[in-house]
Amino acid sequence: MTSDCILRVQGLNKHFGGVKAVTGIDLDVRTGETLAIIGPNGAGKTTFYNLLSGRLVPSSGSIQFKGRDITGLPPHVISRLGISRSFQINNIFTEMTVRENVEVAVTAQRRESWRWANRAAVNAAVQEDADALLAELSLAHLSERVAGTISYGDKRLVEIAMVLATRPELVLLDEPTAGMTPDETGRVVELVRTLARTDHYTFLVTEHDMRVVFDLADRILVMHHGSRLILDAPAAVRADPEVRRAYLGDEAADMMEAA
Amino acid sequence: MNTLTGRTGLAILLAALIALPWIAPFFYIFIATQILILGLLAASFNLIFGYTGMLSFGHAAFYGIGAYATAMLLQSLHWPLLACLLVSFLAGTILALIIGFFCVRLDQVYFAMLTLAFGMMVFGVVHQWRSVTNGSDGISGFTVGSLGLGIKVTLGNPAVYYHVVLAIVVIAGLVLYRICGSSFGMILRAIRQNPERVAFCGLNVRRYRLAAFTIAGGFAGLAGGLMAPFLRIASPELAHWSMSAEPVLMTILGGSGYFLGPFLGAGIFVLLETWITSLTQAWMLFLGIILALMVMFFRGGVLGTLISALPTRHRRAEP
Repeated sequence: MTSDCILRVQGLNKHFGGVKAVTGIDLDVRTGETLAIIGPNGAGKTTFYNLLSGRLVPSSGSIQFKGRDITGLPPHVISRLGISRSFQINNIFTEMTVRENVEVAVTAQRRESWRWANRAAVNAAVQEDADALLAELSLAHLSERVAGTISYGDKRLVEIAMVLATRPELVLLDEPTAGMTPDETGRVVELVRTLARTDHYTFLVTEHDMRVVFDLADRILVMHHGSRLILDAPAAVRADPEVRRAYLGDEAADMMEAA
Repeated sequence: MNTLTGRTGLAILLAALIALPWIAPFFYIFIATQILILGLLAASFNLIFGYTGMLSFGHAAFYGIGAYATAMLLQSLHWPLLACLLVSFLAGTILALIIGFFCVRLDQVYFAMLTLAFGMMVFGVVHQWRSVTNGSDGISGFTVGSLGLGIKVTLGNPAVYYHVVLAIVVIAGLVLYRICGSSFGMILRAIRQNPERVAFCGLNVRRYRLAAFTIAGGFAGLAGGLMAPFLRIASPELAHWSMSAEPVLMTILGGSGYFLGPFLGAGIFVLLETWITSLTQAWMLFLGIILALMVMFFRGGVLGTLISALPTRHRRAEP
């Protein structure tokens, strides 16, 4: 394994009873790249994420992160090692304020979660980190709002802020722009592009919006029926007739053409 | 309720509680002592329930072991009360650590059932192990001598004992309040709302649940230690599963979303019990009606309902 490979997946399988959700996935993710994962609904993208992030234990195969075997480790350990994920369905603390949501992740990252005699409400270091992230995502004006009461798109941004708050090296974004307005989508694309360039983050992104995919991706993995169909540069994927005809459908092919 | 009016209100309440033996009928010293101790029990329960989101039906186990620890130490070793209470706290802590180790692995109703099962086991041991616990007769016939730390007070005087209880419950309450408002407390609230997301932030949720369970057990043990000298007996009923229901009811009555909710709930519970039982035998019927109404129409409990009735600008976020 070369040092510029941050994640190595070998022969990864996940079966639910007789249903094969993910079969025989091999994948090397290069440090610093943005890799998009596309494929029709049910292609196994989210299951693949669940395996990488520890939500599910693989039936067989192995996952190595920075040369360390992480196959089957629980989510909190994988998160600590430097892999953080967002969720397709908003998964935040709905009764807390927006800032508190991010503070929970910052507190975990700063190893302050066992402090039992301090006052979380006046924890300056944690609040500064949280405020910086909220500003980065243009959420500062919402920081005192209860998270359950803000718009869907803003919740997705809070979700991303929480992912970044754990200071991961590998970020798994699951449909980050789903349900967002074009303006919000633009903010997310810009953010991911900036982070990918400046901070040496590595991104995996599943996405239905082909413009976002072709905007961001260095390489694209196309999944179908739980397995790897093709992994290549965007231009090659776009040109691949098999991908276009058989697996993405006409509409997606048109979107790819447009993108 | 802004911070200033909140603090003023609490200061007035505390002053009234200190002055109670001089301004209220003698009978109410007993009532107030009971309310304070049960309030502490309910507040410790609420660290698990309201803050961490786990419904425990076994809290009386820790309360009971705390009561027995103090009663047995007073009876056989004649220790100062504060030393006995420290042992009660530790006994509750250790028992909760052991029971919690198994329980926090489970979620929702399975967690509740396992705490109930452990609670029944503890009751069974207390009730049957006659050579140590004196069986159903319990431990009695002990006297409370000194308080400890060189403080000279007559603990046999109900008014004095009330003040001791008040001081200890206030200190314990402040410690619990501090814990709830800390970074650790924030993680507990996050776990109540979405344990999975906390795990994906990199934290081992089970450990935080176990810590909350263990701390709660310690304070329940302390409450038990305060109750035994008050009742002048530690009996198996204190560890019975029906006793575990009391902090649940008090917390729901007062409001689980607020730190003081369980204390208020304990106050309402004990006062209603006293007044209604003096009028009729059917206390349980009235308690059932009140609880049914609370659960159906006033989910926030008495405190939650009162605060949401205030104008918005007076509300504040709870730690």
